[in-house]
Amino acid sequence: MIAAVTAQVTLRGVTKVFPAAANVNPVHALGPIDLEIRKGEFFAVVGPSGCGKSTLLELIAGLTAPTAGKIEFEGHAIGDNVPDGVGVVFQEDACFTWLNVIENVEFGLRRTTIDKGEKARRAAAVIDMMGLRDFARSYPAQLSGGMRQRVCIARTIVAQPRLILLDEPFGALDQQTRLLMGDEILRLWRQTGATVFLITHALDEAVMLADRIVVMSARPGKTIDLVETGWPRERDSRIVERENFGALTSRLWKTLRKESLKTMGRAG
Amino acid sequence: MSRLRLYQIAVVAGFILLLEALCLAGVIDKITMPPPHIILRDLFLMLLAGRYFDEIGKSLVNVLVAFASAYLVGVIIGTILHGQKTTREILDPLFATYYAIPVFAFYPLFIVMFGLGDGPQVLIGFMLAVVAVIITTLNGLDRVSPVLKKTARVSGLNALQTARHITLPFCAPYLLTAAKLALAYAFIGVIGSEFIMARSGVGYEISYAYTNFDNATMYPLILLILLLSIAANSLLSRWERVLLARRGQA
Repeated sequence: MIAAVTAQVTLRGVTKVFPAAANVNPVHALGPIDLEIRKGEFFAVVGPSGCGKSTLLELIAGLTAPTAGKIEFEGHAIGDNVPDGVGVVFQEDACFTWLNVIENVEFGLRRTTIDKGEKARRAAAVIDMMGLRDFARSYPAQLSGGMRQRVCIARTIVAQPRLILLDEPFGALDQQTRLLMGDEILRLWRQTGATVFLITHALDEAVMLADRIVVMSARPGKTIDLVETGWPRERDSRIVERENFGALTSRLWKTLRKESLKTMGRAG
Repeated sequence: MSRLRLYQIAVVAGFILLLEALCLAGVIDKITMPPPHIILRDLFLMLLAGRYFDEIGKSLVNVLVAFASAYLVGVIIGTILHGQKTTREILDPLFATYYAIPVFAFYPLFIVMFGLGDGPQVLIGFMLAVVAVIITTLNGLDRVSPVLKKTARVSGLNALQTARHITLPFCAPYLLTAAKLALAYAFIGVIGSEFIMARSGVGYEISYAYTNFDNATMYPLILLILLLSIAANSLLSRWERVLLARRGQA
C-alpha cells in the first residue's frame, strides 16, 4: 500500500463541464483526468491556453466541484469546500491594499488558533524568509509587482499548508524576477517540505522547477504526457545549465506544439 | 504646505479681495452686496447674539436626517442590486438619467401630499442624495476583483466574514465618496426647498431677508451655509485622501 501513502492528491475520472447559460453552449472544459500527486513532490502542469489548467487547480483547491469523478486530498474527498492544509497563490495580485505587509501576512493565520504573540512571530519569520523585512510596514501600493507576489506567497505559506497550489504565480512578472522567484519557490519547497502544484504556460519554468510535469491537451483538457525531470532535491535556477534541460524542454514542446496549433484552429 | 495648496488658497483669497475691492470702489453697490469683511462681521455678531440658532439647528437636523436616511438606504439598495443582475439592468437607464430630472419640480406635489412641514424638504434632500449613494456603492462593489473573492474562499471566509474583511475595507473609499456626495446633495435639497417654500429654516430666512432687502441677514446666512457645507465636505475628503494615499491612488 505504498502508493496509498505517497499519493497526497488523487484524481479519478475527473471531468468538468460548465453548464449552458443564455446563448452559451455547455463547455466541456476538462477531463476525464486521472492523476496522482505524491506527497512532497514539485508537480507542474503545462498546456495550451484555454485547456483548463486553471480549472484543474480550482478543482483541487475546492473552489469548484467536478461534474464527474472524484478528487481526494490526503484520503478525504474534496467537495466544493477548500480543504484545510491547502494554500493557493493566484496569478493576479491578491494583496489586500488596505493592509500593510505584516497585516497581510497575519491574515493568512486567521484560521489558526495560536495566540497573538506566536502569530506575530510566525508572520515575522515568513516575512524574513521572503526578504520583505524592510517593507514589513509598507502598504502593497508602495511595492513592486514581484514584491506584492512575495507578500501573497508569504500570506499563503505562513499557514504552513501541506499542499501549495500556484496558478501561474509569475505570469505577470518580468523574466529576471521570474527566475529569481523560481529560486525562491524551490527554496521554500525544500524548507517547508510541502507539496507544490504549479500551473504554468512557460515550459522552461516547468522544467526548471518541477520533479514531474504533466502535459495537457487542448480543450477538453486531458493528460497526454508525463515527464520526470529526475533533478536532485537540492537545486536552483542554474539547473538550466544541465545538458538534458534542453532535451526535456523540447520534448514538452513537441507534445505541446500539436495541441497549441489545435487551439489556434490549425492542424499540426 | 505644498506649493499647489498655496496656489489654491491664493485663488480663493484673490477672489475675496477682488469682491472687497469692487464693493469698496462702488462697482458693486451697497444694496446689491456689502463688502466681504462686513458680511463676516455681521455673521460674527449674529452668532454672538445667538440669532437664528433655532433656524440653523432645524435646517442642520433636516440635512442630517436626509443625509443619513439616503446614505443608509442607498448603501443597502446598492448592495442588494449588486446581486440582482436583471433588476439592475432594468434600473440602469433610470440611474443614468436620474440627475437630468429636476427633483425640485416635485416639491409642490410633496407639499400637497405631506403639508408644508419638514417632511417634503427632507424628502427632496433624500431623493437628490440616494441615487448618488446607490451608484457609488455599485461602483465600489463592481471593483472587487475575482481574485479577491477567490482569496476569501481559499482563506475559509464565509459570506459575512468576506463582507467584513474583504468587501467593506476594499469599498471604504467608495463609501466615503458616497457620503461626500450624499451630504452635498442633502444640503442642496433641504436648503433649496426651504428657499422655495417653507415656514422656517436657514433657506427660508435667506429668502425672507432677500424680499426685505435685509442684506445684513441674508449674506451672513449664505456665508454660514457655505462654510458649514465646505467644512463637512473637507473633513470627509481628508479621510478619503488618507485611505487612497495608502492604496497609492491619491
